[in-house]
Amino acid sequence: MGRKPKENSMNILIQNARVLNPAAGADQTADILIEDGRIAKIGPSIRAKEAKAIDATGLWLLPGLIDIHVHLREPGFEGKETIQSGTRAAAAGGITSLACMGNTNPPIDNQTGVDFILERVAATGIVRVYPVGAITKGMESCEIAPIGEMVEAGAVAICDEQGIMDSQVMRRAMEYSTIFHIPVLSHAEDFALSQDGFIHEGQMAVKLGLISQPAEAEAIQVARDLLLAKKTGAQVHITHISTAESVDLLRFYKKKGVNATGETAPHYLLLTDESTEDFNTNAKVNPPLRTKEDQDALFEGLRDGAIDCIASDHFPWSCEDKNVEFPMAPSGVIGLETLLPVMMNQILERSGMELAPLLRLVTDKPAKILGIPGGVLQEGEPADLTLWDPAPRYKIDKNQFYSKSKNTLFDGWEMKGRVARTFVGGKLVYDYDKGFLE
Amino acid sequence: MSTFKKMMEKTALPLFSNKTILISTGSDAMTEKSKTEKAKISWKSKDCLGLRGVSRDEIELVLNTARSMKEIHSRTVKKVPPLRGKVAVSLFYEPSTRTRTSFELAATRLSADVISIAASTSSVVKGETIIDTANNLRVMGTDVIIMRHNLAGAPHHLARNIDIPVINAGDGTNEHPTQALLDMFTIREHKGQLEGLTVAIVGDIIHGRVAHSDMWGLLTMGAKVRFVGPPTLIPESVKDFGVEVYHNLDEALEGVDVINMLRIQRERMTKNFFPSSKEYSRIFGLNMERLKRCKPGVLVMHPGPINRGVEIDSDVADCKSSVILEQVTNGIAVRMALLYLLVSGEKETHEKTTDSTPSLFE
Repeated sequence: MGRKPKENSMNILIQNARVLNPAAGADQTADILIEDGRIAKIGPSIRAKEAKAIDATGLWLLPGLIDIHVHLREPGFEGKETIQSGTRAAAAGGITSLACMGNTNPPIDNQTGVDFILERVAATGIVRVYPVGAITKGMESCEIAPIGEMVEAGAVAICDEQGIMDSQVMRRAMEYSTIFHIPVLSHAEDFALSQDGFIHEGQMAVKLGLISQPAEAEAIQVARDLLLAKKTGAQVHITHISTAESVDLLRFYKKKGVNATGETAPHYLLLTDESTEDFNTNAKVNPPLRTKEDQDALFEGLRDGAIDCIASDHFPWSCEDKNVEFPMAPSGVIGLETLLPVMMNQILERSGMELAPLLRLVTDKPAKILGIPGGVLQEGEPADLTLWDPAPRYKIDKNQFYSKSKNTLFDGWEMKGRVARTFVGGKLVYDYDKGFLE
Repeated sequence: MSTFKKMMEKTALPLFSNKTILISTGSDAMTEKSKTEKAKISWKSKDCLGLRGVSRDEIELVLNTARSMKEIHSRTVKKVPPLRGKVAVSLFYEPSTRTRTSFELAATRLSADVISIAASTSSVVKGETIIDTANNLRVMGTDVIIMRHNLAGAPHHLARNIDIPVINAGDGTNEHPTQALLDMFTIREHKGQLEGLTVAIVGDIIHGRVAHSDMWGLLTMGAKVRFVGPPTLIPESVKDFGVEVYHNLDEALEGVDVINMLRIQRERMTKNFFPSSKEYSRIFGLNMERLKRCKPGVLVMHPGPINRGVEIDSDVADCKSSVILEQVTNGIAVRMALLYLLVSGEKETHEKTTDSTPSLFE
């Protein structure tokens, strides 16, 4: 998995860090030795003369984050983000592995598309990128895409980002996907209910006089896909859950033994439709921002395990794209560079969770959903690591982002702690003081 | 005294200075005491985008200013000079006869030069953003943009990106603030005040920008608002703002002081909001029989254009209780007031500079 074996062969000794391995609930001050891109040893006072020592006193060492819902926009929308800029933003956010969605132009719906992504990653990327292929050809919800060849080329999951309204198509795709043991990612949206709605149906829609869409537009399709998962035995993962009903449905069907998982995103946890005040187009996301009650249900889902992970749903749009009339504005916010800071601050605080179970939502749990390595700090595992400096206090400044786009909702938010260094396969790829290390 | 002030005195308008007007808190007959209670009120925003968030004092300021403006309407020469030398542009992205004429007459009566632009397509289709269009107009010397757009929030978007006042002449399904101001002006003329009145607004609330602006304005002014129509056309959440919702017109009309009938757009039928205009008329149309059961002195209003025989019967639209045409007349006064309050602000400084700078045109 390492791209530059020469450099990776340099051994590194990170000393005196607070080493957190959320999957095992481990939390200890220790040294960690990286050899040949892998974690060779974790323990107190490791001695390794050949290794380059890094004093990490006062810093926390976490498994590199795994973000399973990212839009890198390449090919087709390189003005908004590229594999190069997006993976740099990820590294600066402490993310060492990400799954990139295939709703590019052209969409990633065959082997050539997957090959292209992986070639661009090898040439320009600095973190691990796992392509997600389309469920249907052209993402047109008609004919199933060649899932087998995409999986063979390296796709780890399939998803049609605009959802699939035709239940027969979804049923067949789920059945067919079981051959390859990959998850079907469900974008749950009933277009008949949602298509005219620009924001969530509630008080804010009245205040702004905007035609809205009900929470049921999401929940109805969540229910459908869980029912189809139950019938077909497919592994289904519900993306960007935003409503209380969706959480209840997922919890219910998991208890019935359905092979289902779900994710939510920081903006659904921390923001409501109130953010659309004054027709703020940055707050236009799909599904739309909901209510306080939905937030409470999402947090409950995080606590009791109904929701399995948190993903950024990083969706870059340029200033020109967003600085238009609200109904014309495209949906999406970026989030790679804010995911870990908001996890460590606002989400930690509001969830009332312990650090370890919270961090599992962005480390081993998402890794398990996609069946990819990483997410644990264990001897023998690839050295994908994030060094977190818990001390600095600062405000998020979108102009400091490495992403090409600035459409964040967290600009100006106060944070404590930041990513100090990021290692992928034992190689230091990002250092807060020095930037990216080519 | 500046030329401006002299002109203002000749017009018998109250003496305004810098968008601030002295208004009495009591009745028109001012006692010595009430004179001393005069409050200094001004229109706070650069723009007029909607009535949500606009204070009671500000609404009263517009309505009181409009009273002075209406007086001009009864003169033989219906023109006063306060906006002389100013340029008002009406930028309409959606067709309109009444609102556009009303705004243009209002600006003309205040002596502004009026340019009228009908943009047939949305900016995105045309390839130029509304911000660029408006900035071109601004650098040509435009002092105010009166904008109608088919998209909710379009004037807000423009107002954020330009430093001249923007007046919302209707934005999609959001607001139509000057219509609500003229509604309130008309009601106040007949009922003396708005506080404590009950106003039924009947029809398509969910897509109704007039309904939205009326709601915010009337609630702010202390009136009670009832929304009446099929549940498909009334968003559930309006109740959270203190509006009463009725699905039965006869129940809704009990004890109301004002009935505002909204135009029903025929295209709503194709999207299943209601099955037919015939059925709508039967259940939610205002006919003479229903009107007779109402409280004596009830006012019948309609923002126009009327679908006679659909939401309102002809005999009701033309009866003594109907103030529909008065609304149209009052629309000019209210728009004059708003233009005056938003645009005349820098007038005096402008006059001073021209006074101190010798000019060929003096």
